[in-house]
Amino acid sequence: MPVLRWIRRNLIVIAGLLTLAYMILPNVVVMVFSFNKPNGRFNYAWQRFSLDAWKDPCGVADMCGSLSLSLQIAVWATVGATVLGTMISFALVRYRFRARGAINSLIFLPMAMPEVVMAASLLTLFLNMGAQLGFWTILIAHIMFCLSFVVTAVKARVMSMDPRLEEAASDLYAGPVQTFLRVTLPIAAPGIAAGALLAFALSFDDFIITNFNAGSTVTFPMFVWGSAQRGTPVQINVIGTAMFIIAVMVVVVGQLIANRRKNSAR
Amino acid sequence: MTVTKEAPPAPVTAELKVRKPSTRKRLVPYWLLLPGILWLLVFFALPLVYQASTSVQTGSLEKGFEVTWHFQTYWDALTDYYPQFVRSLLYAGTATLLCLLLGYPLAYLIAFKAGRWRNVVLVLVIAPFFTSFLIRTLAWKTILADGGAVVDVLNTLHVLDVTSWLGWTESNRVLATPMAVVCGLTYNFLPFMILPLYTSLERIDGRLHEAAGDLYATPATTFRKVTFPLSMPGVVSGTLLTFIPASGDYVNAELLGSTDTKMVGSVIQTQFLRVLDYPTAAALSFILMAVVLIMVTVYIRRSGTEDLV
Repeated sequence: MPVLRWIRRNLIVIAGLLTLAYMILPNVVVMVFSFNKPNGRFNYAWQRFSLDAWKDPCGVADMCGSLSLSLQIAVWATVGATVLGTMISFALVRYRFRARGAINSLIFLPMAMPEVVMAASLLTLFLNMGAQLGFWTILIAHIMFCLSFVVTAVKARVMSMDPRLEEAASDLYAGPVQTFLRVTLPIAAPGIAAGALLAFALSFDDFIITNFNAGSTVTFPMFVWGSAQRGTPVQINVIGTAMFIIAVMVVVVGQLIANRRKNSAR
Repeated sequence: MTVTKEAPPAPVTAELKVRKPSTRKRLVPYWLLLPGILWLLVFFALPLVYQASTSVQTGSLEKGFEVTWHFQTYWDALTDYYPQFVRSLLYAGTATLLCLLLGYPLAYLIAFKAGRWRNVVLVLVIAPFFTSFLIRTLAWKTILADGGAVVDVLNTLHVLDVTSWLGWTESNRVLATPMAVVCGLTYNFLPFMILPLYTSLERIDGRLHEAAGDLYATPATTFRKVTFPLSMPGVVSGTLLTFIPASGDYVNAELLGSTDTKMVGSVIQTQFLRVLDYPTAAALSFILMAVVLIMVTVYIRRSGTEDLV
């Protein structure tokens, strides 16, 4: 049987593509159901095609407010975690100092702990301090759990850097500041960008820690969570689809620019 | 923490012999570390101390809580909620195994077979991330809905008969059963498995495969003796990155499951935010933390890799 033989020879490719389909399927459903006109409050069963939600994406009370709050928190958490994380990475790779082991485990532990544990303990701290739960407590929490991921991303890049490049710069009479800005930073940039992107994605999409430490403030994931109980507006799917398309476009455009640069450099 | 202590003498190299580095220079690493480490100490380590103290307190919301070294809370939490604990570990373990089985072929495909499609497939793996995971998890409600296409196909193939007999599903239903929860967990954490796997597979020198083939190894033997052992670092960090968050997750259990599929994360959340029984919630999350840390440590020791993530 040639068909069976073909399947056997391409088993890995077929299995891999099936997994890929499993991962993409929910996004397709989200996209298709953004054109739905549901009968009840829940958008789980297909009724008929409609562009209503796309024409009025902010037509649901509080949704776009929560979206802009999530974006703001994600931007500030990214800035905070990237700056602090990059500083730590440089210290870890470039310098010798005491308590390195303790510091390494302090950075590793937040990644090795279920989110709900960090969420509950941080809330214990805030309750004990009598802190007002809201924007600032969410931001503090997000910087905390993004930090370790940024360190991991940036450290990998800094470790693979050739220190002789910086030595060459200082041999050519560049000052320490100049060397850092014109040699070190540009080389480390891809690692820093990867860390920042990761921090943004983690912060924007975080639910568990945010849910514990938000008080009555509602971020976008919390809005979606609440809507699973009250009724899911079609607009949620519109936002989900738009985010997906924007992200794919950013990646594609970035790739095109990188390709063109590569070609013109040749 | 010894962050503020004085630095050890810098290593003496040729150029440093000429001029000893100033104290200012020796303090540079500490200044670089200070803000970030301080952040982690205050908002990660200190809260754990507070939580430890909360877990041995007794009292009520009205009268306030006091430390009474009431360790009974731990025992009560364990006896009251051990089904949820067992379920969490079981679901997270099953999902991790499924992630490995489903993720490995895809990671292999990207690393060795995708050719010029590699970047496209990588983007397709990462892109779903950009739609909030809660929205995507809700989509599974549509996919697995009663009377939907998936349930119909599984029914026609008599798969649901088998899974119902095993207790994974209920008659003609997938939603609100353990299978739906495990399916959601597997889906949500698959990228965390695939990316480390891909990274470690991609590092493998393709010539090793050729060499194995030249030495008369069948493709299966090559995989078993060459590829898989070399991908172990990816397997270890992938399983950890999947198991740890999955064990504490309550989103999938709440959205896709029923009251019979509650995981320990749900209990902690309810105790903390609704019942306001802080000592029990603190004890529960400490037990979860201890169980996960012990399992992770044993696992890392047994698999013999120290470098993680």
